[in-house]
Amino acid sequence: MLPNLTDRHWLWLAAACYLAGFALGTLALLRGRRHSRAAMLVALGAGFALQTIGLGLRGRAVQGCPLGNTFELFQFTAWSSASLFLVVGATFRMSLLGYFTAMLAAVLTLVSLAVRDWDAAQRMHIFGTNPWIELHAALAVFSYGVFALLALTSVMFLLRNYSLKSKRVGGWFSFLPSILDLDHIGVRLLGAGVALLTASLAMGAVYWLPHPESVNILKLLTTVAVWLAYAVALGQRLRGVLPDRRLAWACGVLFGAALLSLFAVNSSRHPPLVPAATEAHTP
Amino acid sequence: MSEGATFFMLGASHHSAPLALREKLALPPEKIAVLRARLGPEAGVRELAVLSTCNRVEFYGVADAAAVTRIEAEFCALQGVAVEEFAVARRHAAGGAAIAHLLSVSAGLDSQLVGENEIFGQVKDAYAAATTGGGAGPVLHRVFQKIFQHAKHIRTHTGVSEGAVSVANVAVELALNIFGKLDATRVLLLGAGDIGEKTAKAFQSRGAAALTVSSRTAERAMTLATELGAAALPWELMPVRLADHDIVVGSTAAPAAVVTAAQAAAAIRSRPSRPLFFIDLALPRDIDPAAADLENVFLYNLDDLARIADANRTAREVEVARARLVVADKSAQLWQQIALRLEADAGTAHNASGAATRPPLAG
Repeated sequence: MLPNLTDRHWLWLAAACYLAGFALGTLALLRGRRHSRAAMLVALGAGFALQTIGLGLRGRAVQGCPLGNTFELFQFTAWSSASLFLVVGATFRMSLLGYFTAMLAAVLTLVSLAVRDWDAAQRMHIFGTNPWIELHAALAVFSYGVFALLALTSVMFLLRNYSLKSKRVGGWFSFLPSILDLDHIGVRLLGAGVALLTASLAMGAVYWLPHPESVNILKLLTTVAVWLAYAVALGQRLRGVLPDRRLAWACGVLFGAALLSLFAVNSSRHPPLVPAATEAHTP
Repeated sequence: MSEGATFFMLGASHHSAPLALREKLALPPEKIAVLRARLGPEAGVRELAVLSTCNRVEFYGVADAAAVTRIEAEFCALQGVAVEEFAVARRHAAGGAAIAHLLSVSAGLDSQLVGENEIFGQVKDAYAAATTGGGAGPVLHRVFQKIFQHAKHIRTHTGVSEGAVSVANVAVELALNIFGKLDATRVLLLGAGDIGEKTAKAFQSRGAAALTVSSRTAERAMTLATELGAAALPWELMPVRLADHDIVVGSTAAPAAVVTAAQAAAAIRSRPSRPLFFIDLALPRDIDPAAADLENVFLYNLDDLARIADANRTAREVEVARARLVVADKSAQLWQQIALRLEADAGTAHNASGAATRPPLAG
């Protein structure tokens, strides 16, 4: 039996776990040590589990995927990043990726919880009764989670490149993965993110093409622009035209733009149709 | 068991014995067997393990003072070394100090190259040989097993083994920071300088996929390539074949750079998503310093590598101080347990009216 907490309480607990992971990694770095991989996995795993409960409660209350306001979009992006790390991090055993993921998830969850206006009293019901549209939205935001992880590996790449170019390889730079490992995982994440976003846009197009009047032009332009920018970056990288360092910068900047586009996507929605679910309780 | 028997350490190492003496003291496995036979049950040595490496010959065991003297005499006789000559380099410790020494040795703290890992395997081999040779009894089993555990703890929880401290190993570590692993990397050695050869060997020992040697003197390139089991590349083809290699080690005596920035740029253009690592060990330098500005090109010269090695050495010293605290703590704890056991054994022997309750184990 789960304690009788609201969805926001669960999400606060998840944020605390992510913050604990970030604090653990920071303390280890300050002491010049590698953080405990097991402890980081526990912190991120616990955060992910608690956030899953919180988002699950929210989803049950709104009878759909919880992607109805900026708060939910940020939470879902953090959840996607954490879930991906739990898969990718275990596969690639990349040192420091857990630390950066915990930092990103902590920032996204804490900021979204702190700004009450983002979890508006009235939320948007965006999916109607069509599950494909719900999947379209979920895939789109999940791809943002992939791009978030890509941004983190890009930052790690830039730090590693800087350390090798400036010949400062000691201290906590020594905990970073190799240039080639970071490049390989970056390309894979970029490919996965573009594939997910492409699938999402394709699903959206199938529904909205017959109903162009239902599409907000600002939302369409921003999402297509994000997709196009990432797709071009992937194409250029695969053709060998875009050097690794510039690709890393591009992926970092593009993720910032993708986050900003969430505001455009959210503000483009129709007036609120359903009441807020901020007091959804554990059944 | 004879009263007064304790855990002891006896031997000599690079700290006390010069190379010439260590050569005389070295004990190959067949001689260890002979020594065990000479130190039979009547010698009063209850347990005995022998650690013989290029830097040390050390005996660890359980015996009283008289038996330890006998070990020394038999050892010197076997090696043809005067006891007085050995006495100059001789190191002896008993009880907790002997345990602390064994732990320091196993953790690499007593090694010539502090923090090296090879000694840990050598200590394990010595213990295995003592076990199969019948020299290890309950005390040595307990001591060695706990020592292995504590040595692993020290290596894991301190930085005594972190950071390369030789130029060749720093170069290998940098390559690992770039390529992740070396099993797909191709190394090109330019010239036949001594330090370049050592660096190339370090790459080979860490699993580099291929090594090619190119020298301005074709004959020298062929000779070194044969010696290293590498391929030889005609010098005039070197500039166009740069792109085929991931790591280029410059070690020629050429009066000017042999790889220009333009050649490096051409090489990296044909492999845009794979970095190129130049290690310039030559003086005057072999690689144009301007190559360092190229995207995806990493250039380190001799000074860079030496500076990193120095920094690592300094960092290790700090970690060694931390590790010594752990050694003191863990060895004191272990000695408490061993001392209780030895006291109990001595009491049992005393109660049996002076008759030895167990036969000596040496041999």
